[in-house]
Amino acid sequence: MSMIPDKPPFKLLDILYKKEFILFVVLITILIINSNLTPYFLDLYNLIDSTFLFSEKAIIALTMTFVIIARQIDLSVASIIAVSSVVLGYTTSLGYDTWLVISLTLLSGALCGAFNGAIITKFAIPSIIVTIGTMSLFRGLAYSFLEDSYYNKFPKIVSNLGSGYLFGYIPYAFLTFILLALVFAFILHKTTVGKKIFSIGNNPDAAQYTGIAVDKYTFVLFTLNGLFSAIAAIFLSGRLSSVRPNIAFGWELEIITMVVLGGVYIYGGSGSILGVVISIFILGMLSFGLGLLNVPGVGIIIFTGLLLILSIGFPSFVRTLRRKNE
Amino acid sequence: MKKILINRDFILFSIILIGLIGVGFANPLFVTPKSISDVLTDTSILIILALSQMIVILIRAIDLSVASNLALSGMLISLLSTVHPELPVYYFIALSCLIGTFLGVLNGISIAILKVPFIVTTLGTLSIYRGLIYFVSDGKQVYSNEFSEDFLALIHVKFLSLSFLFWLAVAVFIVIYILLNHTRFGRNLYSLGGNPDAAKYIGINENKYIIMAYSLSGFFAGLCGYLWVARYSVASTQIAIGFELTVISACVVGGISVMGGVGTVLGCVLGALLIGLIRNALPAVDISQFWQLAISGAIILLAIIINTKTEQRKEKTIMVEN
Repeated sequence: MSMIPDKPPFKLLDILYKKEFILFVVLITILIINSNLTPYFLDLYNLIDSTFLFSEKAIIALTMTFVIIARQIDLSVASIIAVSSVVLGYTTSLGYDTWLVISLTLLSGALCGAFNGAIITKFAIPSIIVTIGTMSLFRGLAYSFLEDSYYNKFPKIVSNLGSGYLFGYIPYAFLTFILLALVFAFILHKTTVGKKIFSIGNNPDAAQYTGIAVDKYTFVLFTLNGLFSAIAAIFLSGRLSSVRPNIAFGWELEIITMVVLGGVYIYGGSGSILGVVISIFILGMLSFGLGLLNVPGVGIIIFTGLLLILSIGFPSFVRTLRRKNE
Repeated sequence: MKKILINRDFILFSIILIGLIGVGFANPLFVTPKSISDVLTDTSILIILALSQMIVILIRAIDLSVASNLALSGMLISLLSTVHPELPVYYFIALSCLIGTFLGVLNGISIAILKVPFIVTTLGTLSIYRGLIYFVSDGKQVYSNEFSEDFLALIHVKFLSLSFLFWLAVAVFIVIYILLNHTRFGRNLYSLGGNPDAAKYIGINENKYIIMAYSLSGFFAGLCGYLWVARYSVASTQIAIGFELTVISACVVGGISVMGGVGTVLGCVLGALLIGLIRNALPAVDISQFWQLAISGAIILLAIIINTKTEQRKEKTIMVEN
């Protein structure tokens, strides 16, 4: 048996075949097309404000990346946002102290996530079907609690976080996303925790046999996903300054699109935070540009769906063709 | 006798019966023949969609795009009927089924040929088909006065004092029962879901079955597109939004395993009936409609947990016997 090198030798040409590079080229193309089509696109203030449209989703996309790499999926995130937003509004209306309000909001999200994780690991049920159930359950709890009323009073800090800027330039939501992205990239790509998550995604049984506590990791990842949904809920409620039970409806699909478009394999085991971050910018800049061009939101929905299917379908189709030719 | 008692379908049937009696005590008006026939009519579309979803779930996949497919097919024939009200209703039904089948084939091609995982494909087409409705209709609604009389009349035909919708659901049940239990197609679907590798070794063409399963799912979504629009006499961008989850819940409650290859046609219908009963009974026993979603969610979770427990027990017994 020949020696297997620890790392393949570095070749400049290899970069061109990387998913992240292709995504980056797509992003640059979108930026160039957008700035040629409308003069308002390359305005610094406009660009900064456009981050408000995706920062909350992007925050959840980070933990969702971990969940999907570990061969799971979570369809209940948007419903957890609904629960946490209702908790935020309710505890504020009771006149609790700001820090207690925020802690309880975060706790509610983490508890929802832990509930998902507990059912998935305890009963060994596929996460897709469990979270389809909890998606109705959580959203339903928000509906049954709030019925057709709404909350519009939140602590001052929450409103400020949702729509304020650090030093008058950087939106807090965007800043939070960037900082968390750096932390998550470090954990996923530079620590043993990240390595273990990859190996769970590649082969959960093998991971179990090598002594990784697969169930514990799964449970923690779902709890974390719930916690981050609650963080997003705080930013979103602060920005919208009104909470109804249908808040963030349909977001789970947009968040999963961000992750999958970023090159994370839907059946787990591969992906990178960099790819996801670039794909978040692609989707964000795309909808911002189309919005400036007065393309209705529907056009963006169709385009996102097509992009999602083609980004996976095209490479695998080429691969199949090449295999047939050989 | 003991076998009948632990039969899943029998248990489900008993739960429905007990539920019906319970609701009857709380509100006697709910168990009159008229009211029960209304519940059956109301559940018919769910039964048809659950049966076609079952075909897809049997091969370890899910079709999340059914509700969008239904809404798009329904909108397209509604728009056509405003321009050509003179066309006979059968023409619209056939066209709706055709459009639905086409949309289903697109799903199948993406999954089987382009190898895009089913969850990604149907999540994508869920948005695309829904988005296209806005596109073709310009966001406008088609109201009841814009449909021809012929278009809406068929749905109100009654036979033995039960509605057309109910009899159609019965017909679909019989067709799918025969298809899954008495044809090679059905046996092969079960074996593909039960053990895809073994099925491939004995020469079952997986791609062909994936495309066929999704076309069937699309066909019935198209059919329900007409039914939905005619029943509620309105076509809009919002119709049946989120209904795919209700359909999947009906299957799961009916004992169709999302791991593939397990489930009966009767169980699927009973699952849909139970969900339909709950949706209709809550208002009758004075539970706010806002609780409906939470209760459905809780029931889905409970059903999955029970399903998994019984399946795992079966696996254990097989191991002991060996």
